[in-house]
Amino acid sequence: MSSRKLPAFNTAQMADISFLLLTFFMMTSAINVQQGIPRRLPPPSDGKTIVDINQRNIFQVIVNFNDDVLANGEVIPLNQLTPRAKEFLENPLNNPHLPEKDVRLIENMGEYPISKGVLSLQNDQSTSYNMYVQVQNELQRAVNELRDKVSLQYFGRKYELLDTTLQKAVQKAVPMNISEAPPSNYGKEE
Amino acid sequence: MARFKKDQKRELAPMGTGSMADIVFMFLFFFMVISNMRETNVKVNLAMPAASEIQKLEKKSLVATVYIGIPKNENENTLPPGKVSVQLNDQTVKQENFVKDVRDFIAVEKESRNEEDKQKLTFSIKADKEIQMRYINLIKAELRTNNALKINYATLRKSHD
Repeated sequence: MSSRKLPAFNTAQMADISFLLLTFFMMTSAINVQQGIPRRLPPPSDGKTIVDINQRNIFQVIVNFNDDVLANGEVIPLNQLTPRAKEFLENPLNNPHLPEKDVRLIENMGEYPISKGVLSLQNDQSTSYNMYVQVQNELQRAVNELRDKVSLQYFGRKYELLDTTLQKAVQKAVPMNISEAPPSNYGKEE
Repeated sequence: MARFKKDQKRELAPMGTGSMADIVFMFLFFFMVISNMRETNVKVNLAMPAASEIQKLEKKSLVATVYIGIPKNENENTLPPGKVSVQLNDQTVKQENFVKDVRDFIAVEKESRNEEDKQKLTFSIKADKEIQMRYINLIKAELRTNNALKINYATLRKSHD
C-alpha cells in the first residue's frame, strides 16, 4: 500500500451549489403567515327554524352603501362601536332596555350571568370589504376586551394567557354571538 | 529562536472557503423551516385590509384559500360587471360556472383531507379591501350551502388605534 494521502476534496463549489438552492427556496417560498379574523357561518337553513329573539337582546349594526356605521339606527363613528357593543353586552346596571342575563353554572367559574345579547350585523351589497372587516374587528375587540376583563377578575390573568380549559369557560361566560342578516342592495354595482 | 522569526516574504494565507458551504446550508435550512411553499400562482392583485383582533391559522395544510381581487391580466375571467375576479386553485372562475366551480372546489378540498381534518378545514377569504361586499357575499352564500362553515377573513396586522 502506498502511504500517499488522498487529494483533498475540493469544497469550493459546494458553496455555489448551496447558494443556488438557497436562492431557489427564497424565491419559491412565502414567508407571510396566514392570519385573519376567524368566523363560523350558520349551517344551511331549511327555511323552518325561525329563532325568536327579544328586541332588547339585539344590538343592530348596519353598514350602509356609503360605509356609514349605524348602531341601533344611529350613525356613529367607527371608534364608538367597541364601547357601544361592550356596554350592550355587559349591561352593568341591569338596564331593562339592554339584554337579559341568564345565570348558569360554568365549570371552574361557578355561577355566572351570561348575557343573551346578540350582535346583529347587516351590510349592503355595495359596502366595501375593508369597512366590513373593520366592523367585524371592532365587534371582536369588544368581545375580547370583555373576555379579558372577566378573565382578570376570575383568574387574575389575561384571556390569551389562560389554559385551554379556562379559556373555554371564559368563552362560555362571554359568548361571541354575531348574526348576519341578508345584505341590503341600495348602492350601485362597481 | 530562529524558529519563531517572521518570514518577511510570506503572503496572506488564502481564505478558507470550506466553512462557507456550512453557513449557506444553515441559511438554507432556516428558510426551509420558516417558509411555506407558494403552491398557487395568484392571478389577482389584492391589498388585504388590516385588523387588530386577529388569530393565526394553526396549520397551513388545513387552509383552503379563495382569492378575490382585481385581475392582473386582461384575459382572466371576471364576474360582472367585469372588474373583479375570483380565483380558486390556479384558475379564475367564469361567471356561468361560478356555482359549480365553487362546489367542486369545496368538494375537492374536503375530499383530500382525512375525516378528522375535514372538521378543521378552514376556508380563508383573501380579498382586496376596495371591492364591494357583493362578491364576498356570493362566496359566503356558496360556502354556506355547501356546508363549509369555518371561514377566515385574511387580514394584515395593525395595532389598536
